[in-house]
Amino acid sequence: MILLEDVHFAYDGLYTALQGVSLQIDDGERIAVMGSNGAGKTTLVKHLNGLLRPDRGRVILDGVDTKHYSVAELSREIGLVMQNPDHQLFLETVEREILFSLDNLGYSKEESKERCMRTLNDLGLEGLAERSPFTLSGGERKRVALASVLATEPRVLSLDEPTIGQDARQKDKLASMLSELNEKGKTVLVVTHDIEFVIENFPRTVAMADGRIVADGPTNSVLSNTEVIEKCSLTRPQLTDAAMCLHAIFSDVPQRITLLDDLEEAVVNVLGGT
Amino acid sequence: MSLIEFADFSFKYLGADSLALRKVDLKIEEGEYVVITGPSGCGKTTLCRAINGLVPQFHRGYIAGNVIVDGKNTRESSVAELAQIAGLVFQQPENQLVTLNVEREIAFGPENLGVAPEEVRRRVEELIDMLDLDHLRDKHPHEMSGGEQQRVAMAATLALKPKVLVADEPTSNLDPKSAEAILNLIAELNKRDMTVVLVEHRLDLVSKDASRVVLMDKGRLIADGAPRDVLTSDLCQEIGVGIPKATQLYKRLKKRGITLDTVPLTGAELAAIVQEVKRR
Repeated sequence: MILLEDVHFAYDGLYTALQGVSLQIDDGERIAVMGSNGAGKTTLVKHLNGLLRPDRGRVILDGVDTKHYSVAELSREIGLVMQNPDHQLFLETVEREILFSLDNLGYSKEESKERCMRTLNDLGLEGLAERSPFTLSGGERKRVALASVLATEPRVLSLDEPTIGQDARQKDKLASMLSELNEKGKTVLVVTHDIEFVIENFPRTVAMADGRIVADGPTNSVLSNTEVIEKCSLTRPQLTDAAMCLHAIFSDVPQRITLLDDLEEAVVNVLGGT
Repeated sequence: MSLIEFADFSFKYLGADSLALRKVDLKIEEGEYVVITGPSGCGKTTLCRAINGLVPQFHRGYIAGNVIVDGKNTRESSVAELAQIAGLVFQQPENQLVTLNVEREIAFGPENLGVAPEEVRRRVEELIDMLDLDHLRDKHPHEMSGGEQQRVAMAATLALKPKVLVADEPTSNLDPKSAEAILNLIAELNKRDMTVVLVEHRLDLVSKDASRVVLMDKGRLIADGAPRDVLTSDLCQEIGVGIPKATQLYKRLKKRGITLDTVPLTGAELAAIVQEVKRR
């Protein structure tokens, strides 16, 4: 379990990014963190593995204040995939990039190789093992960064904007991988602006604005709260929007719909056919 | 003559083992709003780079065929020359900003091209006004939000008075509200006669404004047409491109024998079309 207690943080002691964030993350949870640009989401996840340390307040992992751990120690437990893959990738080939973190964690050559291949396959990167990350497309580089962390199978996986530059198929693959890991007991936390991805995959949503948590609870209730939507610079996903537009004309269409199947049934009912 | 013309154009990056673009034929006319989409790694970014000459002038490699932009062959023209015709906006605005304040950032491009100081000043003020940047005049780019940075990057690009704005996933790092604002701005520019080429995965956000959607896969153009035609084609599903939920619903209804009069691209359009069918 990870516990953030009243965490405050300012970059260079000047630019306030977190102003008293308290959050409990239980083992095996799936949590989405949403909010406007500059709300403090990235700053928050960088506190989980010690890349940033609180100015005030505490980050506690399984009852122990993380100030007692180094980033290297925390990284075994908490994997972080950064938003910009170019801040993370540095080796000559995709394969070496992924072997690097595995070697660092002390896996045997065979085990490393096997995990590396498995992860590349899972992410649809198998054909790119020998390529230099810098000759890949933005979406592919993003997946390489993801693979380098996924391969180490940390207990807690935090992903900063994993869906950027991914097409629908890659997004579906990512979602099913995350749910598989989650079923194995891993905790998954994502920072994202992708509201559809959140609704479809994350039961709990933490909404942030101005360095504070403004809502934390079941995704459906957090994301249907118009005040939260406004404060966090979110917009309604098209499905919700369609339901609301239809509801305004046909009152028997429910105002809140989150599944395409339900919208389909509602429209079929309106049109009185089967 | 088309503003942009790809004629049997292929390109392979130095050191890569497969072609990034394969025999691309594409004509874009003045005033169009073309959305380019396709799976990750399909060549969208390379296509953008080929329009302003970054391919092949900066990114070198094997090249076949030609790209003609406003009458200039990109093989023979410098990026500086082409930048005045095709302005590029990227995904990460922070990679594009080079100075420490908004005015200097906007002035940077035209100054480098030797535009007269009075004219530079005029353009700076015009763009600050048009993109609503006045409140950012004294801010350092790092004090700005992602959406603000992207507006500044766009202003700096527009300061060169390009004929076509080429934007490569300009909103994917932005929160939904800022993304909406940038896309509305691009649609607005297009209404004022700016030609737009936009790369985007999230077709639910952009297809309503586009005049045309081009689908790419493995370096090739595989579909090209009006948004409502391209997005209802089964090709989208086959290559893994996500279409707007309203359009998806149209396809599902059609399978059940219910055909709506037009293909909806947004929730509001869907509601209006359903109402129309119901009325009969």
